[in-house]
Amino acid sequence: MSARPDLAIDLAGIRMKNPVTVASGTFGYGKEYAHLVDLRALGAVTVKGIRLQPWEGNALPRHVEVPGGMVNAIGLQGPGVVGFIRDYLPFLRETGVPVIVNIWGTSQDEYAEVAARLSDVEGVAGLEVNISCPNVKEGGASFGADPRTVAALVAAVRQRTRLPLIPKLAPNVPSIKPFAQAAADAGADALSLINTIPAMVIDIETRRPVLANQVGGLSGPAIHPVAVKLVWDAAQAVRIPIIAMGGISGPEQAIEFLIAGAAAVAVGTATFSDPGTVLRVIAGIEAYLVRHRMTSVRELTGSVRI
Amino acid sequence: MHDIVAKVRSQETLSADYRCLVIEAPAIARAAQPGQFVHLRVSGLETSALRRPFSIYRAEGDLLFLLYKTVGRGTEQLNRLRAGDTFALMGPLGNGFPLDTGGRTPILVAGGYGVAPLAFLASRIPARGLVLIGGRTAADILCEDDFTARGWEVRTATLDGSRGENGLVTLPLDNWLAAHPASPAVFFACGPYGMLRAVAERAASVLAPGWVSLDKHMVCGVGACLACVQRMRRPDGATWIARVCRDGPVFPAAEVVWEEPK
Ligand SMILES: Cc1cc2nc3c(=O)[nH]c(=O)nc-3n(C[C@H](O)[C@H](O)[C@H](O)COP(=O)(O)OP(=O)(O)OC[C@H]3O[C@@H](n4cnc5c(N)ncnc54)[C@H](O)[C@@H]3O)c2cc1C
Ligand SMILES: Cc1cc2nc3c(=O)[nH]c(=O)nc-3n(C[C@H](O)[C@H](O)[C@H](O)COP(=O)(O)O)c2cc1C
Ligand code: FES
Repeated sequence: MSARPDLAIDLAGIRMKNPVTVASGTFGYGKEYAHLVDLRALGAVTVKGIRLQPWEGNALPRHVEVPGGMVNAIGLQGPGVVGFIRDYLPFLRETGVPVIVNIWGTSQDEYAEVAARLSDVEGVAGLEVNISCPNVKEGGASFGADPRTVAALVAAVRQRTRLPLIPKLAPNVPSIKPFAQAAADAGADALSLINTIPAMVIDIETRRPVLANQVGGLSGPAIHPVAVKLVWDAAQAVRIPIIAMGGISGPEQAIEFLIAGAAAVAVGTATFSDPGTVLRVIAGIEAYLVRHRMTSVRELTGSVRI
Repeated sequence: MHDIVAKVRSQETLSADYRCLVIEAPAIARAAQPGQFVHLRVSGLETSALRRPFSIYRAEGDLLFLLYKTVGRGTEQLNRLRAGDTFALMGPLGNGFPLDTGGRTPILVAGGYGVAPLAFLASRIPARGLVLIGGRTAADILCEDDFTARGWEVRTATLDGSRGENGLVTLPLDNWLAAHPASPAVFFACGPYGMLRAVAERAASVLAPGWVSLDKHMVCGVGACLACVQRMRRPDGATWIARVCRDGPVFPAAEVVWEEPK
């Protein structure tokens, strides 16, 4: 009998026992799903976006189901960095699983300040910098829309933290390459992609937008092929590792991302309909490696045959 | 809380729009408390479809009973379920109603399928009292026998007058309150938002405690996604944003900060 394949990766200094995490905003702060998913089985837990102060988010309805996924405009509701550290981090720290905190702000200073605060406490493994949320008026996507603002933001945050920095890029750009390069050159240690794709749903009877925020972001299986293309493009442009997300509903889509060039993957919307998805993805990647006689998941990353 | 594969035992048609689904779900049925709900993955919809939340209507041994109204594509699929069919079911979720009425007369106020968790409540609390059931027409008035068989008094109201009083369910409620000015009551309500708000106002006006079960569209059902929020005000005046799925769906009526109708 051969040895089990090695699923472990070192993602820019974050030591993950397997290349699978959960997508920010789809897994709360870990605690909410802890009854159903053994958090210690995950490569990392990525939590909902945090800014400096508590934030209320958007009015309801905040989501709508669509063919192939959902459109959401939660609007980054959260407890603020102090609330997160006080109320949510201790539980996660206790589990021992690497914790990636997704951060946002409405100014460069705010991003940098949140990063600094999270660098001073025990139990944060990395920072995912959300510069691509379509659902808040200020901040988020406005920083992600131009390679220069991406570079400036990443550089500003870089100065205030030694934690691995993982900018999360917007999918709705003409070419992802200059954004990936700008982030890498400014000191990013890894990249996350993709965030939701800006979307809108109109009720044809009332002729009103369904979401209170009018527009939102599309997630779920519908966006997976879009994400594969963007991950593939980005992987060719930079040498830093990529965490890929967008429409994973089983091991197949996760493996596809790894082949396209991702070092790790995140399960998002699929958790809502099946919380066991993330565990199925981990087991499925291992089974795939066995079947293809690979000894390490690292062999899979970027193995696409062109 | 469990995420299990549940098996259909039977399905009964109650009226054109309402059905009762009986399922084998031992772990959930045994833990279920009145006011809690389950999150159901509808087989027959695409795999990415969101789950649908339903109140627990009854729990007996290994069996769980849901009472649902057919309103859209998910509930239409539920109509097709036959004995032996299976689907994923998460539950019991949320916090239920308190079972101690503290010597007060329990007044249950139900609108449409909101009667389901209240029927479960009536079967689990020792006290007896009044049940008010409202609906659009006579076809929306369900479960009367569940209550009367257990010694509860039932009054009904319909918007078209086809059953009981002609009007909103607050009509028989106001009549009862006028006739019993001195009797201490405790309210339990489940139904449309406007109805819950009206009940909360009545409870406040007679200085009685009240509990309302809110119905908000849900995604995760466990408190992770923040799709189902409701603003609340604590007795000390501090406001906070509750997740209906995790912090509710049952809340003290006096603590809900009611939204204005659009
Ligand atoms: C805590 C709770 C308990 C409930 N208990 C019951 C019950 O005992 N019996 C019953 O008949 N119904 C109950 N509902 C409402 C039930 O969840 C919806 O009627 C159902 O989800 C409709 O699904 P659909 O696919 O048929 O409708 P569609 O309109 O096609 O659904 C589209 C989307 O909207 C959501 N949705 C639509 N209407 C509602 C609604 N009123 N509340 C929440 N989500 C909705 C669906 O879940 C789905 O995501 C409850 C809702 C909540 C929140
Ligand atoms: C309800 C919801 C909330 C989200 N919240 C955040 C967030 O706070 N920060 C962020 O960077 N991305 C957020 N996202 C985006 C996801 O992390 C992910 O990038 C996207 O949903 C694509 O993956 P999926 O198709 O697997 O869901 C959210 C997505 C959803 C559906
Ligand atoms: S449905 Fe996700 S938080 Fe309530």
